[in-house]
Amino acid sequence: MSAVRVLSPGALALVEDEGRPGWAALGVGPAGAFDRGALRLANRLVGNAESAAGLELLLGGAVLVPDADVWIAVTGAWGAVRAGGAPVEPHTATLLPARSALEFAAPEHGLRYCLALRGGIAVPPVLGSRSRDTLAGLGPAPLAAGDVLPLGPEPATAVPAADLVPVDPPADGPVRLDVLPGPRRDWFTDSAWQALTTATWHVSPRSDRTGVRLEGPALRRTREGELPSEGMVPGAIQVSPDGSPTILGADAPVTGGYPVLGVIASASFDRLAQLRPGQPVLLTPRALRP
Amino acid sequence: MRILPFGDSAVLAEFSSLDEVRGAARALTSAPPPGVLDVVPAARTVLVRIRPAELPLAAAERWIREVAQAPPPDDAAGEVVVLPVRYDGPDLADTARLLGIEAGELVRRHTAAEWECAFSGFAPGFAYLVSPGLDLAVPRLPTSRPRVPAGAVAVAGEFSGVYPRESPGGWRLLGTTDAVLWDETRTAPALLPPGARVRFEALP
Repeated sequence: MSAVRVLSPGALALVEDEGRPGWAALGVGPAGAFDRGALRLANRLVGNAESAAGLELLLGGAVLVPDADVWIAVTGAWGAVRAGGAPVEPHTATLLPARSALEFAAPEHGLRYCLALRGGIAVPPVLGSRSRDTLAGLGPAPLAAGDVLPLGPEPATAVPAADLVPVDPPADGPVRLDVLPGPRRDWFTDSAWQALTTATWHVSPRSDRTGVRLEGPALRRTREGELPSEGMVPGAIQVSPDGSPTILGADAPVTGGYPVLGVIASASFDRLAQLRPGQPVLLTPRALRP
Repeated sequence: MRILPFGDSAVLAEFSSLDEVRGAARALTSAPPPGVLDVVPAARTVLVRIRPAELPLAAAERWIREVAQAPPPDDAAGEVVVLPVRYDGPDLADTARLLGIEAGELVRRHTAAEWECAFSGFAPGFAYLVSPGLDLAVPRLPTSRPRVPAGAVAVAGEFSGVYPRESPGGWRLLGTTDAVLWDETRTAPALLPPGARVRFEALP
């Protein structure tokens, strides 16, 4: 079976698939690729099932070498990616020759590359998934130099012939995300909801897969006191006692005690994965039902 | 019961007591319709995560309203998990003092009671154990410990719990067990899933 060797993991290299729903009642969240759409696209490009495990590469610096020819596709963040020295086009199936280095420079747009390799990463699954959950410390450990990752068998589907997938790179300017009212909207003043949905927020550098923190006006509560811990979902906007919002990410805690003012719409969620520190964010209010 | 919105792929059902939550969680997990991803009980709520393409939000709400107002489970079901404990925790004496009883009496009450896992959280396999009728309620420590060892048996609020692995923690430590609370390679990774019944047994 073929394999790929990690020469350098870069800032953070994680094995991720579509995650492990169904275990939240035991304290284990879904995890999975933060930019889920990017992983599915990369998998389709190389003829994998959408659910195959790939790599999520934060920022630049990752260097990987396969021991046999392998089809790859890079989606998500855009930046200079080279295979044996030759540029790799984003969103395009590319044949990576055996023993040639696949190198990722720091992304110019977005934050997290998604890399699919034909056959998928075939490390043993944990609770039905090959995803790393950085909060629970579950699943394949973050990659380290020297790791060798087995690839799965050749999929039944050929590498599709589609030569162009029109997908824009992640935006650099203000990003608009749709937001729906959360369960504890009534813990906040009307002006807090107003501020959430009209202010220009900025992404804090203290953001990760657990949560994307936003910097901006303080969101005021109408009541003090503690909320008994309750279930959380990726995309929930928790407001801490100092009034600052955090959008929970792919590795959201399963329960939390801060009130949730709003929830990012599913269709906007993947964009969170590509927000860069300092980038402006606008939250557009949406009604729950059309 | 109140149903609260939680985005386009989840709803939160809120109850007035933990007993109602236990009943609802039992009812909602027994035969969920296709499209239900997770049913997550907590102290006063049950979160239901769905795949809206399979189960639209409105249908999920209807289902929750139909089945969630179930009586609390009768306590006769299931085996009792017995956890052997060395009651040598650093907070045993202080906790007894807070309750106005001797340390030995605290151990006696903790071991005499039958506990049930009401819900999980904080870490994989961490069970919030309740024992209706038992009054051992104490506040959390004013300052959390940066490191609580795996197997630490602790109390806080109306709950008792066992730390599945070393982690920070603010509960009051009464003792230690060698039981393995969490092992993701087991078919049932959590020793104490919601609904599990538990007794603590004092080791000499």
